[in-house]
Amino acid sequence: MTEPHFDANIDRSHMTVSDEVAIQIENMNKWYGQFHVLRDIDLTVQRGERIVIAGPSGSGKSTLIRCINRLEEHQAGKIVVDGIELTNDLKNIDKIRREVGMVFQHFNLFPHLTILENLTLAPIWVRKTPKKEAIETAMHFLEKVKIPEQADKYPGQLSGGQQQRVAIARSLCMKPRIMLFDEPTSALDPEMIKEVLDTMIELAEEGMTMLCVTHEMGFAQAVANRVIFMADGQIVEQNNPHDFFNNPQSERTKQFLSQILGH
Amino acid sequence: MSDTHAQSVAYVRDTMLDPKPAPASQSGAIQWLRENLFSGWLNTLLTILGILAIYGFFSHFYAWFLHGVWNANSLAECRQIITTEYGDGATGACWGVIRDRWHQFIFGFYPPELYWRPILTFLLLFAAVGPVLFQWVPRKLIWFTPIYPFLAVWLLWGGSIWGPVLVALGFVLAFVVFNYVARFGTIGGFAAGAIVAILFWLFGVSPLAGVLHAIIPLGIEPVESAKFGGFLLAITLGAGGIAMSLPLGVILALGRQSDMFLIRTFSVIFIEFIRGVPLITLLFVASLLLNYFLPPGTNFDIILRVMILVTMFAAAYIAEVIRGGLAALPRGQYEAADALGLDYWKAQRLIILPQALKISIPGIVSTFIGMFKDTTLVAFVGLFDPLKGIPDFIRADFAWKGIYWEPFIFVGAIFFILNFAMSRYSMYLENRLKRDHR
Repeated sequence: MTEPHFDANIDRSHMTVSDEVAIQIENMNKWYGQFHVLRDIDLTVQRGERIVIAGPSGSGKSTLIRCINRLEEHQAGKIVVDGIELTNDLKNIDKIRREVGMVFQHFNLFPHLTILENLTLAPIWVRKTPKKEAIETAMHFLEKVKIPEQADKYPGQLSGGQQQRVAIARSLCMKPRIMLFDEPTSALDPEMIKEVLDTMIELAEEGMTMLCVTHEMGFAQAVANRVIFMADGQIVEQNNPHDFFNNPQSERTKQFLSQILGH
Repeated sequence: MSDTHAQSVAYVRDTMLDPKPAPASQSGAIQWLRENLFSGWLNTLLTILGILAIYGFFSHFYAWFLHGVWNANSLAECRQIITTEYGDGATGACWGVIRDRWHQFIFGFYPPELYWRPILTFLLLFAAVGPVLFQWVPRKLIWFTPIYPFLAVWLLWGGSIWGPVLVALGFVLAFVVFNYVARFGTIGGFAAGAIVAILFWLFGVSPLAGVLHAIIPLGIEPVESAKFGGFLLAITLGAGGIAMSLPLGVILALGRQSDMFLIRTFSVIFIEFIRGVPLITLLFVASLLLNYFLPPGTNFDIILRVMILVTMFAAAYIAEVIRGGLAALPRGQYEAADALGLDYWKAQRLIILPQALKISIPGIVSTFIGMFKDTTLVAFVGLFDPLKGIPDFIRADFAWKGIYWEPFIFVGAIFFILNFAMSRYSMYLENRLKRDHR
């Protein structure tokens, strides 16, 4: 975490942000039993934005992005994704999940299926894509994450970095409009972090709307157009990466940055 | 080259080591004996005691096996042959009872001229389960699998073909209704399908079968359930119970994990009640109590009744075994399936159950083996199981009065072969499904 895995001089000129709203969160609250995990969250994400969410563990950052595709239920407030409001309506939830891809810390590939089957399963069963077309799409994305030769292996035969790239490709096969990343590099060996981050950068360059919970501050500096700092279930500070890292305002942010970058 | 490095760094390797073979293994018979049997004075003592125990056992029984007599038509004749051949006081097995009565051990009291029917049914069983159990069997043969149960019932019990055909039609009807209603909700689809099928079976099948039989009388000689016995009965109950208890167990396991209160409560009560009651109690319910509850005059076949309760009994155990498999799956598998937009049933069918069932294979097969052996308990409700019902009947004949060991050994050996085959299959399946190779 101390040194970035790549230099920050990525050309961002073509990473445009549109005016269209991708995600709108208003006054959202969530409790685990009596524990108030998320407090009055307000967040608007434009299409094409790359947002990095940072914060100490237990600050609610993972819970926040997991609320966006209803892996966690919020108890108060409003979440609108792609123009669809998240309610208890299962049809709406499924609609949103089809448009929102998610990458997990522990990859969560399906170990009983080959890589290719992992990639084609959801397109075939959820989007009703013909099998041949689904395989073509899958191979396209496997080439994009640079492991087409692993298509017929099982997840257990791949390295962590390769598995995470497969997981990204699996999400992309559903042609999502928004991608959520929940600490995608935290479970990886240092030498594999870069290959995953490179894939994510490529995705950002193509204009994907991304919300990324990560401790990779180098990635935040290079790719994000907004960094959100959370603590105690609240958004404490948000800013563009340059000002966020060079000129943090709140004490909590300064303290966090000094811990994460300081040594 | 190492010189240059030596000036600046304490140590730098300049040639990488090639892998070498492991030291010559220390295997070999003598080595093995020394390590495993005589590694210390205590182990040596235990080895000698063990050998003595085995010797004692065999010296006691080998004569009995060695003196076995096949050509005898009664126990008395058997004993006489042993006495004349091996002298006074010699003991010997009297396998003559197996030679004389093997058909009763296998078929019970099934009419001998119709033995081809159970034999054919048994052979077809392999054709039916082959495509499900083995990958090398062509998948196209799978069409036979759903037909088989109805064909088997017809072959075994005989009678008009229209009964089994109409019962099968009930399933088709249920499927059609399910497909239609499931658009509005899967659970509702299940319920509607089940209700339609049950109504059809209760009120539609027998009048329709009568009409159809009057038009096209297609049938074979009927054999009533009382004629069933021996391994024919045990395998019928076992195969039927196995085939029905797995799906029921899966549904109960999922029900127990369900978010829906009624479904969860029903599953928990069912599992805990059935598991908490001895099987024999359930068998008595099947044979005695059910008659009080059913409308008078209904002829609800005893084997069918017993099979249903044996199925429920095994399903309760299987549900718990599968629940263990479900619990062993990481939370992330459910989340990944959700995040990809798979609905509950698709996630269960494609992601969760294939993995949970794989984990549960040893437990499921154990339950199957246990259930198959438990089919011998039907002796308590007057059916002729191979372990007690049939031997008791044979002993009632004066010629074989007093013969005990031989039937037990014979029946036990057949049970062992069948159960051992199941056990080996489960290991083969586990190996085939192994995916964590690196």
